[in-house]
Amino acid sequence: MPTKKEPIWIARDLAKCSGCRKCEIACSLFHEKRIWPEASRIRVFMLVPGLDFPHFCTQCEDYPCVGACPVKALSISKETGAVLVDKDKCVGCGQCIDACPGRIPHMHPTENYILICDLCRGNPQCVKVCREGGWNVLTKVSRKEQAYKLYARKPEEITRDLAIKIYGEQGERLL
Amino acid sequence: MILGYAGKFLEVDLSTKKVKEIKFSDDILKDYIGGRGLAAKILWDRLGSKWSEIDPLGPENLLLFLTGPLTGFFPGGRICVSGKSPQSNGVVGSTVAGEFGVELKCAGYDGIIVTGASEEPVYLFVKDSEVEIRKANHIWGKDAKQTVSKITKECRELLRERFPRKGEWREPSILYIGPAGENKVRTAVVAAKWTHAAGYGGYGAVMGSKKLKAVAVKGTGPLPEVADMKSVKRLMQSVCKDVYESELWRRWGTGAAGYEVGAKTSSEPIRNWQEEWHDEKSFGVDQFENRVWVKPYWGDFGCPTTCLKIAAVKTGRFKGAITDNPDYELQAYLGPNLGIFTPEENVFLASLIDDLGLCGIQTGNVLGFAAELFQRGILTKEDLDGLELRWGNTEAFAALARKIAFREGIGNLLAEGTYRAALKIGEMKRMDVLAYAVQSKGIGIGAHGIRSRKDYPETYSYACSVQGGDHTSTACLPLDDFRSELIMTFNDSAVYCYFNIFGIPRNLKFEFYRAVTGIELTQEEWLNPKALRILQLQRAMLLLGGPDLKWNPKIHDANPPRFYEPLPSGPYKGKTVDRAEVEKEILNYYEAVGWDENGIPKTENLKKLELDDVDRALEKLR
Repeated sequence: MPTKKEPIWIARDLAKCSGCRKCEIACSLFHEKRIWPEASRIRVFMLVPGLDFPHFCTQCEDYPCVGACPVKALSISKETGAVLVDKDKCVGCGQCIDACPGRIPHMHPTENYILICDLCRGNPQCVKVCREGGWNVLTKVSRKEQAYKLYARKPEEITRDLAIKIYGEQGERLL
Repeated sequence: MILGYAGKFLEVDLSTKKVKEIKFSDDILKDYIGGRGLAAKILWDRLGSKWSEIDPLGPENLLLFLTGPLTGFFPGGRICVSGKSPQSNGVVGSTVAGEFGVELKCAGYDGIIVTGASEEPVYLFVKDSEVEIRKANHIWGKDAKQTVSKITKECRELLRERFPRKGEWREPSILYIGPAGENKVRTAVVAAKWTHAAGYGGYGAVMGSKKLKAVAVKGTGPLPEVADMKSVKRLMQSVCKDVYESELWRRWGTGAAGYEVGAKTSSEPIRNWQEEWHDEKSFGVDQFENRVWVKPYWGDFGCPTTCLKIAAVKTGRFKGAITDNPDYELQAYLGPNLGIFTPEENVFLASLIDDLGLCGIQTGNVLGFAAELFQRGILTKEDLDGLELRWGNTEAFAALARKIAFREGIGNLLAEGTYRAALKIGEMKRMDVLAYAVQSKGIGIGAHGIRSRKDYPETYSYACSVQGGDHTSTACLPLDDFRSELIMTFNDSAVYCYFNIFGIPRNLKFEFYRAVTGIELTQEEWLNPKALRILQLQRAMLLLGGPDLKWNPKIHDANPPRFYEPLPSGPYKGKTVDRAEVEKEILNYYEAVGWDENGIPKTENLKKLELDDVDRALEKLR
């Protein structure tokens, strides 16, 4: 686990997700001071029961969302590698959503700006609660030269993969 | 307004298709909290004066979905479903886990009150303050898995169309019924997430009688403001810490009990409770874990325990079955109780029960009852539409479960639940078969026997409970015992999962209540007057009963006859319950909760609790 200040990444073992949503509680308490699942930067999808998984920014190597923003509201944190949203600049146009291969960014439920995981300035709250509980779906690792973009996938795509992995042949029929 | 509540309830009249918002006074919320307590209050206020005439499956019954102030805050989210029960003709606060309660509060509502009945199948879609009654003809008849899938897709599509700039919409939370609920089977559940069920009470049948296939909610707001967020966070952390350290229910859920309650405490239903001991290692949790678990931890909003384990059968005769690994109750009732001792068959039946929208406990109880009648030659193969209902004949039990869900042939009779079916079969065969019905007040008894005295219920627990055979609401003295119905009522009224409170200090839940609502509440004040008042309301409605059946405490505050037979096997062979002893204990319990020697709440106690109208209504029973 990285200790010094350096770009990080949250490794994810989606099939282990218990669906407890403690990550959402921790994230929204940290960023919004409320328990607010729909304002959480990390959201657990459960399109098929039992196939719960967290959906959140993977910090693609080429950051397509940042490039797509017409008002330069998105930037890359030098410290952590996270995508940072300038709430005042963001106009809520949604172009970053379309640019993201996983359609991960989502609008704040009551404010006019986009929500993207900011890695909690290097100390991700979601990772903390997930490890505390021993589910270990989320692990903080050093950011290397890997193809993180592969992890930016749409909820339906992830669900399909998990269906086969967890339910086998029967999984295909349940989609 | 009290903190922790969204501040308003949704009332939906399915007859007129009108929707409105209503509020309850702070005083009512302080006294009845939410969930089960508030359900008793709402039902008494609205239906109390004509209770005995209300058909639980008629349009005049109410169907309630109620959260509590702690829902979403206390780790382990649930929602309480209630109404006049088609099983007991009283009131059951039936809770089911999931995100529904949290979504509802985030949508701005503390609960939904459904009145009337629709002519056509419908489902309700709540997106924050937008409420729609949508057609459900295309979903009517569908099983649990198909229902969840169709509604999830449909609601996400609607959200996408209406809010195209939002990004990806998550699934709404859904409560639904399967075919059993549609067919008003009295052992039908209100279900969530394929496998979770509000089982006790039979509210799936009430939902079906209203032609309400499902309720889907998407709430995008935050949970309501609380009085002291710092303390809420601290208390959440202490609950979680305790669970992580104690590991209770974490590793195996309650799934270790399918073997252990039989082998160790001798209190597991086996072949319709003819025995309570088995030593079948084939039913050990290791076999479940190694052969069918496909996910070792599964849970609901905020839960540190995640006691559910998902099971799937991937090969062999029962291939394709998927459910949460049967918890102890479903292991027992769809396992040993039917003479079944292998994980795959148990998972197969549990999965089928989920799909049909049946209650695993109540249906397992009635299946076991039917099988014993077959064993004794009282019900013949012809009576059972050709089914060879031998113990362990999984396919025959599956076929009968389907018949029950669709009310076909003999299934139509068994769909009435064990007690009512026993009365009908008794008439049919001109003999008393109640001796084989293991139930109390129309509610099949949870899978924890009382004969060995090694399990948690007391010998009078089921006889005196205002929720009949419900193993999550056992009558127990002293009244502040953690197993006491009055203590359990707090969990079901503040609405959270009581599996997360076993190791924490007793006062923590009241501290939690204060941190959320800002209201001081001690355990003493909770027990008397608050919980006692809720208990009297539930007792009054249970005794007023009707229209098809009424309970006479002198006859029906009793254990099933089976519990007076000596245990035939195991380390506690020969042990039984002494009838005279139980009768004494029942009288003790009456005294402790303020009921007279006939089991009717006493006037002086009701007046002290300001329940004068309840007293007047009970006058005719005295």
